[in-house]
Amino acid sequence: MTIDSWQARIKAGAARCARLGIRGSGSKAFCAPPLSHDVIDTRDHRGIVTYEPEELVIVVRCGTPLAEVESAMAGEGQMLAFEPPHFGPGATIGGAVAAGLSGPRRPYTGALRDFVLGAKLIDGKGDLLAFGGRVMKNVAGFDVSRLLAGSFGTLGIITEVAFKCLPRPQQEQTRVLELDADAAIAMMNRCYAQAMPITASTWVGGMLHLRFGGADPAVRAAVGRVGGEVLANASEWWADWREQRHPFFSPEVNGLPLQRVACRASAPFADLAQGHAHQAIEWGGALRWLRAPLVTQVMIAQWARHAGGHAHVVRGAPSRAEAFTAIPAPLVAIAQRLKQSFDPYAVFPSL
Amino acid sequence: MAPSTFLDALVRLLPVAAVKTTVEEMRPFECDGLSMYRALPMCVALPESEAQVAAVLALCHAHRVPVVPRGAGTGLSGGALPDARALLLSTARLTRIHGIDRDACTARVDPGVRNLAISAAAAVHDLYYAPDPSSQIACTIGGNVAENSGGVHCLKYGLTVHNVRKLRVALMTGEIVEIGTESLDGTTPGGYDLLALMVGSEGLLGIVTEVTVKLTPRPALAQVAMASFPSTEAAGAAVGAILAAGIIPAGLEMMDRIATAAVEDFVHAGYDLDAEAILLCESDGTTEEVADEMKRIAEILRRGGATDIRVSRNEEERLRYWSGRKNAFPATGRISPDYYCMDGTIPRRELPRVLGEIQRLSRHYGLRCANVFHAGDGNLHPLIMFDANVAGETERAEAFGAEILELCVEVGGTITGEHGVGIEKIDQMCVQFSPRELTRMHEIKRAFDPAELLNPGKAVPTLHRCAEFGRMRVGLGRPLPFPDLERY
Ligand SMILES: Cc1cc2nc3c(=O)[nH]c(=O)nc-3n(C[C@H](O)[C@H](O)[C@H](O)COP(=O)(O)OP(=O)(O)OC[C@H]3O[C@@H](n4cnc5c(N)ncnc54)[C@H](O)[C@@H]3O)c2cc1C
Repeated sequence: MTIDSWQARIKAGAARCARLGIRGSGSKAFCAPPLSHDVIDTRDHRGIVTYEPEELVIVVRCGTPLAEVESAMAGEGQMLAFEPPHFGPGATIGGAVAAGLSGPRRPYTGALRDFVLGAKLIDGKGDLLAFGGRVMKNVAGFDVSRLLAGSFGTLGIITEVAFKCLPRPQQEQTRVLELDADAAIAMMNRCYAQAMPITASTWVGGMLHLRFGGADPAVRAAVGRVGGEVLANASEWWADWREQRHPFFSPEVNGLPLQRVACRASAPFADLAQGHAHQAIEWGGALRWLRAPLVTQVMIAQWARHAGGHAHVVRGAPSRAEAFTAIPAPLVAIAQRLKQSFDPYAVFPSL
Repeated sequence: MAPSTFLDALVRLLPVAAVKTTVEEMRPFECDGLSMYRALPMCVALPESEAQVAAVLALCHAHRVPVVPRGAGTGLSGGALPDARALLLSTARLTRIHGIDRDACTARVDPGVRNLAISAAAAVHDLYYAPDPSSQIACTIGGNVAENSGGVHCLKYGLTVHNVRKLRVALMTGEIVEIGTESLDGTTPGGYDLLALMVGSEGLLGIVTEVTVKLTPRPALAQVAMASFPSTEAAGAAVGAILAAGIIPAGLEMMDRIATAAVEDFVHAGYDLDAEAILLCESDGTTEEVADEMKRIAEILRRGGATDIRVSRNEEERLRYWSGRKNAFPATGRISPDYYCMDGTIPRRELPRVLGEIQRLSRHYGLRCANVFHAGDGNLHPLIMFDANVAGETERAEAFGAEILELCVEVGGTITGEHGVGIEKIDQMCVQFSPRELTRMHEIKRAFDPAELLNPGKAVPTLHRCAEFGRMRVGLGRPLPFPDLERY
């Protein structure tokens, strides 16, 4: 039994103050805390436990490839509605939850953590715990399963996760419009505020890409209203964007670090590096990507705070600590006590 | 009586009328919506600003006085039940709407703002706040956050947790922290998703002093279909068929015959009284979308054995069809001197078994029970009818309720879908969670509130309490799960 052996390894590790890392395929290592050489490979625990399309619930073991889950759901006309980035062919479901990343559909359907119904985890004491469940609504006790989303393997091994599933839109179509940044932000805001059936929005290289989805008549009415050109190979384009394979993200293009800025969706465009930055905008205006030199980091973070969000360096920071901006002391204290509770012997890495 | 040094300091912090200490003044705060539990607090504070909330908390922290937060007091699990040793902190005077960003579609409000008041303020922009508990005219957004409240439109639009972007929170020490952001990220890079912990934390982790919510654009059109079914099984199966067909209706609710009879008498919604169950299924969106979806829904309902299907022809009719469902609790209150509202969630396929068992228990306890059901997401509200003036009936109603909750856990569900644990379901937490899981929850509580002064005795049972409960259950021949794990 994988679970038993993992529990034993963690208990043994805790007893001799050893360090253990948790890893799936390693596809998101670039944004995760560095691991010790002693690593638990979550791919030893894989498979779909149950999938009940009528209940809108799927329960999956941590080491199951994301692609396998997505294809099982596609077979039933359903999807993981947060459209998670894979960042590699072997990406696992456990890694997706631990990284907590959501893709282009996020502003319109919700984030990864919004779809987590329950989770099991082995903590740093080797105890197997279960929180949440397999039902849509559950407010018994603190919502620990959602806390695990984005916890990057610092609180324990997420062994199993239950997700809410959603139907795939019957139809999708993407339109492309040439607009400047402010006009693009205004258009993205409008598409949402006017209840259009929008499912993704990205402005890059002066072109706004709007994806609409739903029942045929609704999509037809929406694209009729926004105009623009139909994007051929749209699903490929969105997959490339989500996976950061689009030229905007390519390291060769300009060699600049990639900074991610979360902000109010209505925040006006800001030239954050006096012309030295390339910028792309997505998530209805609430996410700004910058290719900008590290010297701009402080200024960008300041702007982000002012715009109701935060900024960090996703690729190209000299160290993990330097990628982030400081978190206020009382919140750091809470996070430390949480970590201490789940992992008192510091078997796992820290955030 | 409160120690006078504490009270002296308190009255210096707040306006005169914001501190209540006499029995007459405190009586209105003695219970929430679960009125079988009542107690008077040590005193009541009604701060008028975030700074006053923080000051009151810091003072309580210094004097080690526990604090029970209270919104509108509509909670159904006793979460806001006062404690004689504690200060009751009411958000009733924190009612400002700070602003609505109509481009980002968000609103920033005080915790004491009523749920419906947010939608009313956003209406000029054709926006609204989507989660719609039936109590929305009275309950506060702070209470909604504390309970992670839902409503009849949550299947499509999500629960409170899906509609809150950011909170300002006063910790027990009086420190103010911001949790979440105005962007779409709940978490700050390098931090944990504390927003997920705060929502549904029943006042145990901090006092919410400001909420930034997501607003939803008002759909061009909404229509509801009302379908009659000859059995609850058939109605339940139709629900599954709708979801399996790839439709997520804006609302999908079921009521059994006892419930429809009760509400029809009260609101005259036009419900079919011969049906064993009725389903309300709402579609919203553009005119084209609704027409298309309604056609598919009606077809599925017909194939599922509906004996009558009526689709609302205008807004007035739509609201009338919903009024019955939304008034199910007060309507039950009219046909019975008292009622006790349960709130378990089950995997939907278990509905026939659970309803059958509830019927059996109803006969066993000699108490009537109506069922209203957030059918789309499996959240069941059995309404147990009793008369508190008849000796033994309250105890029978509670025992009946406890058995329903444990049944929900047994079939793979949970003891509470949206009303919270509070004081009411605290023993059933011992059935749903192992001692280790409960210990973890106590540690989470201490991570936010090391002095353990916020809403003590609620939501998470002590292991000692579980041990007592376990001993009682052994006597009844129904031992708790995890008997091998230590409880002390
Ligand atoms: C007729 C009726 C119908 C209902 N229908 C629904 C429904 O459809 N869906 C649903 O989910 N619920 C429903 N409820 C339950 C109830 O209305 C909700 O739980 C609501 O969110 C409680 O809000 P409140 O302001 O009344 O909170 P209160 O009852 O005052 O408090 C609830 C809990 O929140 C805590 N709290 C309150 N304010 C704060 C704050 N600012 N910071 C921290 N903690 C705080 C309290 O300590 C307590 O634990 C219904 C209740 C009634 C009476």
